[in-house]
Amino acid sequence: MSATATAVRPRRRPRHREAGSPLLLGHGRLPRLLTGTALTVLAALWLLPFLWAVLTSLQSEQDVSSSGLSPVKGALTFAAYRQILERGNVPAWAFNSLLVAGLVTLITVAVSTLAAYGFSRGTFRGRRALLAVTVAAIMVPPQLLVVPLFDQMLMFGMVDTYAAIILPQVVAPMMVFILKRFFDGIPRELEDAARIDGASETRVFLSVVLPLSRPIVSAVAIFVFIGAWNNFLWPFVVTNDPGLMTLPVGLATVKDAYGIQYAQSMASALLAALPLIVVFLVFQRRIVASVATTGLGGS
Amino acid sequence: MTTTVPAGAAAPAPPEPSPPAPPRRRPARGAGNGGLFVLPFLTLFGLFLVWPVVQGLWMSLTDASLTLRETRFVGFANYAEAFGDPDVWSSLGNTFFFTAISSVPLVLIALAMALLVHSGLAGQWVWRLAYFAPYLLPVTVVTLIWTWLYQPDLGFGNQLLGALGMEPVGWLSDESVAMWSVAALTVWWTVGFNFLLYLAALQSLPATYDEAAALDGAGAWRRLWSVTLPQLRRTTALVAMLQVLASLKVFDQIYILTKGGPNGSTRPILEYVYDVGFTGYRLGYASAVSYVFFAIVIVVSVAQLRLFRQED
Repeated sequence: MSATATAVRPRRRPRHREAGSPLLLGHGRLPRLLTGTALTVLAALWLLPFLWAVLTSLQSEQDVSSSGLSPVKGALTFAAYRQILERGNVPAWAFNSLLVAGLVTLITVAVSTLAAYGFSRGTFRGRRALLAVTVAAIMVPPQLLVVPLFDQMLMFGMVDTYAAIILPQVVAPMMVFILKRFFDGIPRELEDAARIDGASETRVFLSVVLPLSRPIVSAVAIFVFIGAWNNFLWPFVVTNDPGLMTLPVGLATVKDAYGIQYAQSMASALLAALPLIVVFLVFQRRIVASVATTGLGGS
Repeated sequence: MTTTVPAGAAAPAPPEPSPPAPPRRRPARGAGNGGLFVLPFLTLFGLFLVWPVVQGLWMSLTDASLTLRETRFVGFANYAEAFGDPDVWSSLGNTFFFTAISSVPLVLIALAMALLVHSGLAGQWVWRLAYFAPYLLPVTVVTLIWTWLYQPDLGFGNQLLGALGMEPVGWLSDESVAMWSVAALTVWWTVGFNFLLYLAALQSLPATYDEAAALDGAGAWRRLWSVTLPQLRRTTALVAMLQVLASLKVFDQIYILTKGGPNGSTRPILEYVYDVGFTGYRLGYASAVSYVFFAIVIVVSVAQLRLFRQED
């Protein structure tokens, strides 16, 4: 049925058709209805846990612990959020997460872009061998490093410091590789013009290559930030001091303590989720596009 | 250590093309021919990646402990012990079981989501946000939400079953159910990343083949099966490969959700490593078990590479 409907391309281009995207089920009314229904049902399934958490966080603890399928059992209240923010470590953990994720992103991006440029344009000896080692390191599962890294931090006396949480996270061979591939694609003529004008390599990097690479650098920054914000195992292993914990670690340690206080634990969960949801809403297009540009997507 | 999922993506990456012909004029000698640019990275790389990898390998040959600083070289004793350790085998079994039941839906649902979103219906950003948003959540947040949904008396799962007149399920307390509950959480949490990979691939496909098939009278389903899906084969290989590697490395959500219980039924190999190393203080033995696991990861990666290369 839809076969005949789609065989002939519609004269009037339908509004819903975005840049050359083929309609999965065809252009008819029924296929569109089916597609829309499937999209909505899936989206509802995926949003339901969020909705449940939001509604739970907006109730009093007594109402939460009364049974009944309806998610709202009493008057809505921000009490759980107030309690979280007034006592407990959540604000401190949020600050730590912001500091750690921010610094990890800053250092990773700085160190990785420099290295990628060096690997892409450098002529120093051993360049290819070092690059090969870097690429091979992408295979190493980070979990493999936890035990020896912890031993190393003990040796350096760095357990329970910001440096211990941050430094091992800034080594990102994958990001160096992605950036190098991007730099390789930038035509050298632009740089040579600057070099002929007497610009130093550092100057060429800062004023020619970096500005051309803004999309890929920001994509890398976004992924590094999300990864650092959500990283659990390493910060969990290397911090014992509750004042130093990041949000994911702190919330995990008090989960049992909160135990029955579901409204509060849901409220703290949502507070921890908020910054990244905002980041995604702001950078949505860039994140989607970056998956394609990093070479992870596509073929 | 920053991103967990893309790690391992180098495996399917194409080999580096040979460098372009050297420029006629040697570039200016600023920054030591590029060596200085690489130095900060290499320093950190050597300190926090190469060193621990080598150190871990060395530790696996010793009886290193978290409590004693003196260590003794024990050769392959730790490895011999690992192969005879029933906990290693059972946690490996759990890891493979989790990988099997999580990877398949994580690839198929992601593909379905991407095809549906790509169909061009209005409201793109709403669908993208709905499907991708869980991926943005820290693991603790995800497990907090799902602990609540799986709660035996008040949780949504059992309340719903009760309303339908069915018996409550021990989502996290029943040995035969717990791993499936973990897998459901994981699918909800991480499918968004695979969805984005598929969506990006779909958006970069040339429309010409599809349009040609449409002109030849191919229906929508036929074009999906014979044009679109075959064009997605390489993406599927990549997504499946990344997913299997990510699933094998499962630890965080299980550790927070069930601590490996009930009765060890959800304990993955990496949690065993953690338990042995940080609760049992046996760093040497923990290192040996993690290197056994690393060897398995490499074997699986190579096998997958072979498999997908043959299909091409």
